[in-house]
Amino acid sequence: MTGCAAGVRRPGTGELTVSPTICDICFWKCAGIVYKDGGEPWKVVGNPNDLHSRGRLCTRGTAGLGAYLDPDRLKTPLLRVDNNGNQRFKPVSWDEALEFIAARLRKLASDHGPEKLALFSHGSGGGHFKHLLQAYGSRSFVAPSFAQCRGPREVAFKLTYGEGVGSPDRTDMEHSRCIVLIGSHIGENLHNSQVQTFAAALHKKAKLITVDPRFSVPAGKSDYWLPIKPGTDIALLLAWMHVLIQEDLYDRDYVTRYTHGFTELKEHVRKFTPEWAYPITAIPAARIRETARVMAANAPATLIHPGRHVAWYGDDTQRLRAVAILNALLGSWGRPGGYYQQEKVALPNYPIPEYPKITARVQDANRGKYPEAYAGVSTAVFDASIGPDALYKAWIVYGTNLPLTVPGVAGRLQEAADSLDLIVAIDIQPCEVTGYADVILPECTYLERYDTLRNAPERRPSLALRMPAFKPKYDSKPGWWIAKQLGKRLGLGDYFPWKDYTEVLEWQLKQVGSSLAEMKKTGVKVFPRTTPMYFTEGTDIEFNTPTGKIEIYSTQLAKLGFDPLPKYSAHQEPPPDYYRLNYGRAPAHTFGRTQNNKYLFEIMPENVIWVHPTVARKWDLENGRYVRLKNQDGVESNRIRIRVTERIRPDSVFMAHGFGHTAEGLRLASGRGADDAALITNIPHDPIMGASGMRANFVTFLEDEV
Amino acid sequence: MTRYAMVIDTLTCVGCGDCVTACKTENQMPDGLTRDWVVETTTGEYPNLSTEFRSERCNHCSHATCVYVCPTGASHFWRDTNIVLVDSGKCTGCKACIAACPYDARLIMHPEGYVDKCTFCHHRVENGLDPACVSTCPTHCMHFGVLDDPAGKVSTLLRTRNYKTLLQETGNEPNVYYLT
Repeated sequence: MTGCAAGVRRPGTGELTVSPTICDICFWKCAGIVYKDGGEPWKVVGNPNDLHSRGRLCTRGTAGLGAYLDPDRLKTPLLRVDNNGNQRFKPVSWDEALEFIAARLRKLASDHGPEKLALFSHGSGGGHFKHLLQAYGSRSFVAPSFAQCRGPREVAFKLTYGEGVGSPDRTDMEHSRCIVLIGSHIGENLHNSQVQTFAAALHKKAKLITVDPRFSVPAGKSDYWLPIKPGTDIALLLAWMHVLIQEDLYDRDYVTRYTHGFTELKEHVRKFTPEWAYPITAIPAARIRETARVMAANAPATLIHPGRHVAWYGDDTQRLRAVAILNALLGSWGRPGGYYQQEKVALPNYPIPEYPKITARVQDANRGKYPEAYAGVSTAVFDASIGPDALYKAWIVYGTNLPLTVPGVAGRLQEAADSLDLIVAIDIQPCEVTGYADVILPECTYLERYDTLRNAPERRPSLALRMPAFKPKYDSKPGWWIAKQLGKRLGLGDYFPWKDYTEVLEWQLKQVGSSLAEMKKTGVKVFPRTTPMYFTEGTDIEFNTPTGKIEIYSTQLAKLGFDPLPKYSAHQEPPPDYYRLNYGRAPAHTFGRTQNNKYLFEIMPENVIWVHPTVARKWDLENGRYVRLKNQDGVESNRIRIRVTERIRPDSVFMAHGFGHTAEGLRLASGRGADDAALITNIPHDPIMGASGMRANFVTFLEDEV
Repeated sequence: MTRYAMVIDTLTCVGCGDCVTACKTENQMPDGLTRDWVVETTTGEYPNLSTEFRSERCNHCSHATCVYVCPTGASHFWRDTNIVLVDSGKCTGCKACIAACPYDARLIMHPEGYVDKCTFCHHRVENGLDPACVSTCPTHCMHFGVLDDPAGKVSTLLRTRNYKTLLQETGNEPNVYYLT
């Protein structure tokens, strides 16, 4: 019964060539392998030796070729010109664009000082421009991954344990016997090894407790779903601590040996009973007790997951402190199934002259606020870029689409552009922020360039190589080349002594006993660990905190005048006829960067707004029909389709982030779905470290009149 | 007939669609067409809910009605297995197979004028590899193997776990199994 197979197409029958890469479709930086079939792009798959991908790329990484193939990519440098009062972009040569920027930056340095240049960056190529900035004389680089994302978590864990969670997160889920997710929707966010280790825990029947106002994907796999009233997580966390302490379920040995301030905590949470928490959180007291007991029964292999995007309400550092403390009570930090200790490769930097010494810091933009902001706060840098006393007169914006990324800035970008002497946008696609630039530089995609070696902390130290699989399309160039060219034109050539970035890679690899030739073959090199992955039981450990202990009671916060133990305070409630706007990830997209990728567009061309059936009945909302949303400040969204679902509390709505593009150059994405960031106009800032609280916004429904 | 089966664990599937992009790139699918897709079902009322995510495709039935109805012999079993393929050279695009498929799994008309469908990545299977979707799944919820091998992965899963197939009542004997 052999069929005539001649008529069935078999892909991959041409001459196959492979080359290693590091995915850049999100920030997880999975190592992959690019296949060409007869010289044509075929596919990108995970590198089996890589701990980030474990040989499997996610939905987005698998679709990585879509970024390379996108016909809407930036193709040539563009310069803003005034044409009889009309602003437009004129294609120019690299020489003209680079010389234009260099002339402005030379003038900036002589007129105002080089510290007036700020860099917004996100993504692995940002390092080349941080280097350029420091050589030029500025340390003002800022990434939304701090104040708009995981900054509160890093600060809270540093305050408690003396070190942050890091990225990739040091969660040891494959060994967890109980995982608690608080607003974290693993599986909808596809951080590759997180999802894989989470799934491994599910396979092994780990207990799963999910706290989420939405029946998220992991909620559907949970033993316990706690549909919490939004904004009340600290009350639940305090009640859990109360149960663990009152019922003597905490890890007494661990707490005694390693922590500072347990007595104060015990007193502090005495009154925060589950009965106290119930009317606040809507989680019944018995349920709070039961879940606390499940956590304790599986400790220390119980992971209270720290989440990632945790900039929610303006008291986020305190909420994450509560998460950190709960982990300490369970003894999970430094233990299998909790948080492991990461290791990276001791990789020397290519020798270059010392950077000029400067006193200006990116924290100057905070104007005395946010004492624990160890990194730049993007909203503060933005604010400090407007007006006569502005700290910044020029920006380089690398791969950071500010209006969709940093809520609250969209409406003031023109004002910033008017105030600044120069905005340079470096990107692969014509997105919203590039429209405000004076000069746009087209970077080639990750599949067309060398980049810095990936040396991320993990279970084992490893290096990974990104190398070009293809020649840069159009007139796009690698980030390292752009930075070097600008450096050369600014008289900073000594800081870029290499002709080609491969010289840097070759030198660095040689220092650790490898070579570029080896890495081109393997893509990933894994090194042996030199330190233990977990605490050695029974030994004392010096933590990098003022007391040398895990600070349940934060001496640093006490000194700064903040609550040394987390407290619950009520947040604003939705006004009548309004619903809390919650937002999150969809597995097919990364922020607002992938909506124009044809593969990912096909899976999810636009976002939808989730509403509970009772809300749908009240507003006569039909599944699939378009509406517009209006927030508490009167801001209206683009049209978005209704999704009526039982999977959400009736007091809130939900949409995936990253949609509602207005940049017309993104022909697939433009005008599709609604932009959550635009609806986030009420933004309480975390007084400890400056995070933007993004979940303090409420929306109602408008007829779509189109 | 050697029976190949796909076993998909709905308890760990997160519905991410990686199987869809993996198939699209592996099989160089034309824009707008896919051979597999993800179905989400929610049952119950808030807050007593359950969800199921399922990656669906051709079931490569042991009794494949699409093969029996094909007037030109384009639809055929590959090398005495249950893997159902379409020979594009013989397919006239009459769509009889589309009508005969209880799963709506052959709805694809390739721009070049023939019916297209999941091949279980037979070009990988003959080299001892899993289909592209199985090999990329980040939750490791998809499994592939020979059903007749009692010690094999898929047989073991079906022996030790609860499972279902879709539209069992049609008698097509589908070979994509869902662990529940």
